[in-house]
Amino acid sequence: MWVLRINMSDQSYKLEELPEKYKLLYGRALTSQMVYDEVPPLCHALGLNNKLVFSAGVVTGTAAPTSARVSVGGKSPLTGGIKEANAGTAWGPDLAKMRVRALVVEGLPEKKDVYWGAKVKWDDEAGKPDVEFFDATEHIGKDVYEVYPQIFEKFGEKVSIASMGTAGELGYGNSGVVFNDMARRPSRYAGRGGLGAVMASKRLKFIILDAKGAPGIDMVDKSLFDEGRKKLIDAIRSHPISQPKGGLNSYGTAVLINILNEAGGLPTRNFSAGRFEGAAKTSGEAIFETNKERMGKEIYNHACSPGCIIQCSNTYYNEDQTEATSCIEYESTWALGANLGVDNLDDIATMVQLCNAYGLDTIETGGTLGVAMEGGLLEFGDSKGAIQMIHEMGKGTAVGRTLGGGTEVTGKIYGVKRVPAVKGQGMPAYEPRAVKGIGITYATTTMGADHTAGYTIAPEILGVSGKLDPLSPEGKAALSRAFQATTAFIDSCGHCLFIAFPILDIATGFEGMIQECNGVLGTNWNADDIVAYGAETLKVERKFNEAAGIGKEADRIPEFMKIEPLPPHNQIFDIPDEALDSVFEDL
Amino acid sequence: MIVKVKLFATLRKYLPGVELGKSLDIQLESGTSIAQLYDVLGIPAEEIKLAYVNGIFCEMDTELKDGDEIGIFPPIGGGSY
Repeated sequence: MWVLRINMSDQSYKLEELPEKYKLLYGRALTSQMVYDEVPPLCHALGLNNKLVFSAGVVTGTAAPTSARVSVGGKSPLTGGIKEANAGTAWGPDLAKMRVRALVVEGLPEKKDVYWGAKVKWDDEAGKPDVEFFDATEHIGKDVYEVYPQIFEKFGEKVSIASMGTAGELGYGNSGVVFNDMARRPSRYAGRGGLGAVMASKRLKFIILDAKGAPGIDMVDKSLFDEGRKKLIDAIRSHPISQPKGGLNSYGTAVLINILNEAGGLPTRNFSAGRFEGAAKTSGEAIFETNKERMGKEIYNHACSPGCIIQCSNTYYNEDQTEATSCIEYESTWALGANLGVDNLDDIATMVQLCNAYGLDTIETGGTLGVAMEGGLLEFGDSKGAIQMIHEMGKGTAVGRTLGGGTEVTGKIYGVKRVPAVKGQGMPAYEPRAVKGIGITYATTTMGADHTAGYTIAPEILGVSGKLDPLSPEGKAALSRAFQATTAFIDSCGHCLFIAFPILDIATGFEGMIQECNGVLGTNWNADDIVAYGAETLKVERKFNEAAGIGKEADRIPEFMKIEPLPPHNQIFDIPDEALDSVFEDL
Repeated sequence: MIVKVKLFATLRKYLPGVELGKSLDIQLESGTSIAQLYDVLGIPAEEIKLAYVNGIFCEMDTELKDGDEIGIFPPIGGGSY
């Protein structure tokens, strides 16, 4: 196992043996630990001293189901704190199969107008990966959908590619790192927190992986792994949410639009209401039914990455049967739909496609446009105007660059008081006043407002792992804490977070996930151990943030949510500060 | 009494022809519970996960009232990405 360091100051690389202390760290656990160990917390996120760390999970690259996640970490230009964002893509397994535990991009070239590509390939003779650099300047300022086919043509269809779009090149806090999906679309984003701009600041346009001939994953106990794998596959295939032709495979993640709307927790028109009258038109059911009408048959969803048996990724088609975009996630159709008062699915699809093409995070883009609409830049519901603004962002016009700064920056510039952000990161698609537990996660996670960090929606709204009252504050700090710790482990093990739905309900599935990890690592972990593993990661992230000047005072929900009752339930966010503080104090 | 019913995702087939997001008025005897409404609609219990009545999650034995708006869901999940 190696740490592969790519130094962009002189376009050189170094392959180091993995230090013993990182032996059991993978994915988010490793990216966060290395950022803590190596990045000065007060450095400029786009400067010489920040680093971008990539790491795949424990079981990534094995035959474990739905396990092709890769984590990307660094100091975030959006929040000023630590960031881990992850994506499902063949790039993760390719990195793992070459036995690169962490790929670290560091340094900064003096010449600002030259961009580079780094091709990492397995050298069979030497028995290790090597790196070649090439001039990638010609690909700057372009739509990534234009660029990816050219790179695949040059390097072959079997490679996988990490990159960023113009949003990254322009240095936006709203910019993701993009990876290819199974159909080689540049559509799988580690989207949140501006890591695309960190990559671009180092003038690294591409990291291309060619894992041909690589040895793959070494396992200590293959039979234990296989036993765990089978249990997990059975759980995924038998749970109604994750099974073939189940909720996710039929309707995608956007199946959540209607239930959040019914529960009064779908943020509407910049978080001014919890219900949107046009919600159904933007839902997963609408995507499915529109596709059926346009294509003349039922179309089920596909895998975003190799080995996924949940297959929740949709494609939305135009009237003329051409592809409009892939994929419209729940958060995207919400951010660019209900949050903007937009119910036109074709326009939402256009916006999703443009965000992908320019390298923007759909959640941050929707949050930003919602605040800008409230500030008077556009009327709510003006989807054509919103499309134009995304073009401005991608092209780097004056107004576009303003919006590229994200939700909080835009709120300041437009003098808006209702700014749905925590630690500088825009809130996702669940209203804290109507779903209290997720509000606690938004407030306290080290990431800035992030639903994936502790997805209490499962019990509060969906009835997965029991059913809790979303409007009640009772017990929600402990709930968020438990979800945050477990999630930090899942983000490190390499599985997609969606295995949480089956494993929260089916005990043998949970066991199976742990057995897989024990099989790979030779550990003897139980359920308590993995929660402790996740908790350690959270503590490391917290220490980084505190040293970066982001302490518990930043673990707060915006004031308007504490004083403006939200219809239809007319609730405020009534979680006391002490309860918020207890999330980390009692960790 | 009359209640307004909306079905979502895989349950939509039990109210064919109803536009997505629109409710259907259903006449019920007063005192009808949510579980009894499922029988009236002909939906097998194992296909249903939960119901929100006027925006609030309600257990199966909850008695419905005139004018209630009920959204009924199969097991669904997603939205983590």
